[in-house]
Order: sequence, then structure tokens, then C-alpha cells
Amino acid sequence: MPQPLDYLRETASQTAGPYVHIGLAPGAAGFEIFHNRIGGDIAGPEAQGERIRVAGCVFDGTGAPLKDVLIEVWQANAAGIYPHPEDPRANEVEKGFRGWGRVISDFETGEFTFETVKPGAIPGPKETMQAPHLNLWIVARGINIGLQTRAYFEDETEANAADPVLSLIEQAQRRDTLLARKTAGGYRFDIHLQGDKETVFFDV
Amino acid sequence: MTDTALPPGPFYQRDRRLQPPALTPAYKTSVARSPRLPMISLENTISEITGPRFGHADLGPLDNDLLRNYAQDGDPIGERIIVHGRVLDENARPVPHTLVEIWQANAGGRYRHKKDSYLAPIDPNFGGCGRCLTDADGYYFFRTVKPGAYPWRNWVNNWRPAHIHVSVFGSGFAQRLITQMYFEGDPLIARCPIVQTVPDADAIDRLIAPLDMNAAIPLDSLAYKFDIVLRGRRSTMFDNRPEGN
Ligand SMILES: [Fe+3]
Repeated sequence: MPQPLDYLRETASQTAGPYVHIGLAPGAAGFEIFHNRIGGDIAGPEAQGERIRVAGCVFDGTGAPLKDVLIEVWQANAAGIYPHPEDPRANEVEKGFRGWGRVISDFETGEFTFETVKPGAIPGPKETMQAPHLNLWIVARGINIGLQTRAYFEDETEANAADPVLSLIEQAQRRDTLLARKTAGGYRFDIHLQGDKETVFFDV
Repeated sequence: MTDTALPPGPFYQRDRRLQPPALTPAYKTSVARSPRLPMISLENTISEITGPRFGHADLGPLDNDLLRNYAQDGDPIGERIIVHGRVLDENARPVPHTLVEIWQANAGGRYRHKKDSYLAPIDPNFGGCGRCLTDADGYYFFRTVKPGAYPWRNWVNNWRPAHIHVSVFGSGFAQRLITQMYFEGDPLIARCPIVQTVPDADAIDRLIAPLDMNAAIPLDSLAYKFDIVLRGRRSTMFDNRPEGN
């Protein structure tokens, strides 16, 4: 027997369940409890750049919208900087820019919307540049472990073509599942959990 | 490269053998909500290594005290407990100043949620959610009541074991985790299709908090200890080796 490795093991995930709102968005569960709500404002009032509104739906394998889904968004600012000490330019981020927010779907329609600023391009591995993108983490009843995906922007054609993460996706048509579509009011990003249009998810 | 302040590198690859797969037919809701194509494996970029940060300004003084944070005219009904532990990474290093959020049913097994219609009563003095930041050692604690078991629609007679839902951030978005904490000795754990989505018996055991009499407060509260482990991180010290080494 070799010596044992003394690493700990990651705690197993369990579904967020149908009542995730109680913990993470209690206002939506039907009551107010905390003085400070968190996750309601991704960019803050002082953020530079283009203000955008993103709408969408998460669909299950039968084509029905998930009415109990919760999505977290994590993004860089318009200059491509994350408000985190491991981003070398973090001190340039606008005051009040959190880069993170929580979004829930409408209980009746399953539609979600959020407002933010469009992120800038972000340095990638080995001198590459990642096209502007939103990092999304999706949890709900029936989802055993949070699903990670990215929303890119369809009007960033050149940057998307050079993006090192999109390039990992072998089937070109599957890359399109990660493109938010330009609409009159901003962008639309629908997520399909399975079926012909299944969204690409990442094991990050 | 002898700088002692080397930034850490990517997170260790998640060991999917310890994590529930997306499709777990005994938990019926997963069937239509599970991706069927393989995930694309992605080496961490700065988008995954960074993540949101929280501070004491985000929280209120009673946020981690579920006995008091929704009390209207008295204490909630139920067995008073302390739930405490540490958030660590796979290298056994504490994860400091990270946000831990919990939610749970009341002592009768009823959630304060407009979509919960179980016949057990709402407790007027119990909201059922709390949050706190870990300290410099990764330590957190909550005061609450032990939640009740409740029935749910899956098979006709499925009951969830008593559990507390737990959400943790860590330092990078790739560490984001939601799980459920169970209580030592509960016979419903082995019968629960949601618990059993976890394919590894030891990993299930690590979701079960032991009774911790040393942390109990005599004549006041029992205690359960629940440590949470997030993904560890590689050191960057080998990152500059030539490709192929
Ligand atoms: Fe529950």
C-alpha cells in the first residue's frame, strides 16, 4: 500500500430544490427578512459601458419553461476586468460594480430578465483574448449539480471567432447555443437543458 | 519564481465520481431537466478563478440567528440547535470570509414559501433562512430549530429526511456549491432518492452532520457539526514549465 494522500474530498452537491428562493431570494418566496438584499444589481449605478437587458427562458426536455429556476451571473465590467483581487486590474473597476447577480424566472411564465452592462473582452490563456461573455450558473429542482454555461453576444462576430473557449466546441452549430440574440430591447438568451437545441454546458 | 506571494492556479478538476450525475431516474424531476450531451471540459480561465466577494456590510446582525431573525412575538417552535463547522478546500485550508447561506423547513416540515402547501402549519416566528460570512479560519455558525421531515411528490410515499439547504461561494465562481446537510441517525436518509443521487457512499456520509455534544449549550441548545469542502487549487509554481513536461 502506498502512503495515503491526505487531500479532503469536495462536498457532494444536492439539488437546490423548489424552495431555493427562501434562502437566496426570500422576497420571491413571499416574505421579507433581511435588511440588505444581495444580487439585485449586477453593475451598479456608476458602471461605464453599454447598458443591456438580457431576457430568456430555461426549457426542459419536453419544451416546457422552468418556472422555478435560479441563475447567477458573474461578469467582467465593460473594460473586461473582474472585481476580484486576482484580476491584476481589479483596482480600476468602478465603485459599486459587483459583477454578480441573482436572477429568478417568473413563477407563471418562466421568463427571466436582468439588466447589466455589456462586459468587455477578457484575457485568455496563452495571449488569446476571450470574447465578451457572461458566466452563468443554473440551479433548480431536478438539477443535481449547478450547471455552468456562458452567454456570448451574436454581434461580436470577430471576437467570437477567435474565442479560445468557443473553439473547444467541436460541432460548430453547438457554439450557436451560447450566443445571445440581439433584440429590440437588448439580448435574448434561451437555455435548453436537453433536446435538439441542448445548450453547451461546461465542466469548469 | 521564489516569491512567497505566488498567486494560486486553477482549481483541481472536479471529481465527478463523487458528484451526482445529471440524470438520476429515481429522482423523477431530473429526467427532463438533465443535459444528455457531454459537458465541455474547460481549463480555468480568469472567469472561473475569480468570483463575487461579500463583506459584513452585506449582512445584518441577526442574519445567522434563525431563532430571532423572523421572530414576531416569541421563539419558533422546535428543537433548538446550533449548526456550525468550517468551510475548507481540498488542501484542508480554510476558506475565509466567504458567504454561507442556508434555508430550511420549520420544525413541522413546512416551508415559508408561497408554493409549499403541505398541511403542517407555518410557524409565525420562523422565516427559515439565514446567512453568514466565515471568519479567518473558515468557521461559521447558525442558531436555528431542527427542521421536520416532509413528504414530496415523487413516488407516492416519499419523505425527505430532515435537512438544511446550504449554499457556499468560495473564492472563485468554479467553487460555487449548493448542497443539503442531513442529521446523524435519521432513518429516512437511506430511503431518499435525492440523497441517493450521490453515487458514492462515503460522499453521502460526508453530508450527514454528527451530533456535537461539545458544542451544545447545556439547558439551551443541541449542536450539529457540518464541515464543507470546496475544490482545492493548484499552486502556480509549475505553470511556467515548457509544454510537454
Ligand atoms: Fe428541502
